[in-house]
Amino acid sequence: MDYLLTDEQKMIKDLAHKIAEEKIRPVAAKYDISEEYPWDVLKVMAESDMFGLFIPEEYGGLGTSIMNLSLATEEFSRACGGIAVCYAASALGTFPIVLFGNDEQKKKYLPDLASGKKVAAFAITEPEAGSDASAIKTVAKKEGDHYILNGLKHFITNGGDAQTYVVIAMTNKEKGARGASAFIVEKGTPGFTFGKKEDKFGIRASSTRELIFTDCKIPAKNLLSKEGMGFIVTMRTFDMSRPGVAAQALGIAQGALELAVKYVRERVQFGKPISSFQGIQWMLADMATEVEAARALVYSCARMVDAGVKDVAKESAMAKMYASDVAMKVSVDALQLFGGYGYMKDYPIEKYVRDAKITQIYEGTNQVQRSIIALQLIKEMAKER
Amino acid sequence: MNIIVCIKQVPETTEVRINPETNTLMREGVKSIINPFDMYAIEEALRLKERFGGKVSIVTMGPPQADAALREAISMGADEGYLVCDRAFAGSDTWATSYTLAGAIKRIGAFDLIICGKQASDGDTAQVGPGISTHLDIPQVTYVKKVEEATDKSMRVERMLEEGYEIIETPLPALLTVVKEINEPRIPSLKGLMRAKSAKITTLTQKELNLDSQQIGLCGSPTQVVKIFTPAPRVGGQILKGEIPDIAKQLVELIKDEVH
Repeated sequence: MDYLLTDEQKMIKDLAHKIAEEKIRPVAAKYDISEEYPWDVLKVMAESDMFGLFIPEEYGGLGTSIMNLSLATEEFSRACGGIAVCYAASALGTFPIVLFGNDEQKKKYLPDLASGKKVAAFAITEPEAGSDASAIKTVAKKEGDHYILNGLKHFITNGGDAQTYVVIAMTNKEKGARGASAFIVEKGTPGFTFGKKEDKFGIRASSTRELIFTDCKIPAKNLLSKEGMGFIVTMRTFDMSRPGVAAQALGIAQGALELAVKYVRERVQFGKPISSFQGIQWMLADMATEVEAARALVYSCARMVDAGVKDVAKESAMAKMYASDVAMKVSVDALQLFGGYGYMKDYPIEKYVRDAKITQIYEGTNQVQRSIIALQLIKEMAKER
Repeated sequence: MNIIVCIKQVPETTEVRINPETNTLMREGVKSIINPFDMYAIEEALRLKERFGGKVSIVTMGPPQADAALREAISMGADEGYLVCDRAFAGSDTWATSYTLAGAIKRIGAFDLIICGKQASDGDTAQVGPGISTHLDIPQVTYVKKVEEATDKSMRVERMLEEGYEIIETPLPALLTVVKEINEPRIPSLKGLMRAKSAKITTLTQKELNLDSQQIGLCGSPTQVVKIFTPAPRVGGQILKGEIPDIAKQLVELIKDEVH
């Protein structure tokens, strides 16, 4: 399908494709096994200006564009969902600064994130605060011109490897959700340490760690926006980042589909390539159609965000939910088409199933996405009355 | 350090198809790329520029669409591109090509170094680089796999041999041809791609270069292509065994049989 991409968008897509094929695909299996952080690949992305795609020009980027970010993330994910998420998670950690940072904060942090010299991470999740983000226990207490952070964050993508963190902590517990605030915390700040690195089912090239704050003293000027804005910062950040997660899922689905089509043309049974059997063809047709539908939704949503449409909660939830469900289904079907070989680690397809699964869970489970969508629908109807 | 890199646009395929009637390459439907060996030449020039400053100029001789190859080199970080393009240059063999490129380089101006890939993946002659150095009367070092030391006056390089390598020091200006062991070419940047899109490519025609018309194009090309064909795959050979004097005797007999 022709999505009428601009010349610039085509250029970004082509370059990301080249990076994916030449620099990511050859090392995808290696990092899946070793679980090392893929710094060498991130360096190539940085030198190619890919980290500039989500940062304004005045701070060293190429202009914040969710469409451009989605195109790059999709292409990287075709080759490896794990390496792609290291990239996309840096965008997630950067958005709060782009959206809510003051000029001083932007000048201090964005140029190094745009050049890829530094990587970012976003930290809200805690052991007892997953979908229920209002249950967070990490606190930030103001003392003079500092805040003192205490608490534990877990499942933080890029945790331990990122240098710049945006952390959500409670500044006023009595106020509940309205008592949360967002802070920029730099790696190396005394009192800021890392806990265990998670051993994951998929996206194993990416790092997921605990962040531990023990009387961690940070300057008051590291507060993003105002006290009490933590959840607004989070919601607006997720509205921006969900198309990126959707693009990651889309890329995994596309990558799995391509491998499946290639395989069924080569695999001969009963004297013919299995691609000649109708049962196989119908599976391929469904897979391709679902991938295309997901793409249409992801691109439309990304374009809405870029056009400045204010409330994209419903659309970005739809894109994230649908694309990740498609990624799961298509990767499982692709594995099915590989037959017994698909189940073996010698073949690349089982990794797609493992990488796809997380996209249904993180940045809001797909059940939470459905709640967001339904709530929006009901609200819209109520408004019409 | 001012560096000139000579590149060639070639078909992206390892199995070049040949039109049996005209003995020319069949380019239809085949994507064009920069000759892979020339990518190493571009990368090495960019690395030297990063170390010593200066300018990297890219030169190619070819049809108008070779413009794309120059822009790709600019997207990697080269400063400027020159397209040597004229119907009068068509049909050039390696002699005429190296004569024409040498003429273009003289026209481009002062340089410290010329770098070429060791050979083109379509013709595989490895003659144009050495030809250019001969026409310009500068030293050449072929099959370079490492630049050990460089100053603005001289350069010490490792030259790959079939077994082992040589270390050669050459005064500058000089011409190097490089092998793939020398580096890993970079991926272009988005800023580079945007710059390349709008970069001005200078076209040099026979009118500008005013070369000896007897030495350019088809009539300046002493090579005559009598026939191009795909060689039949080799059939398994025969390994002779025993003591060396016996093997020698067997070999002589076999050759005699072959002759008869």
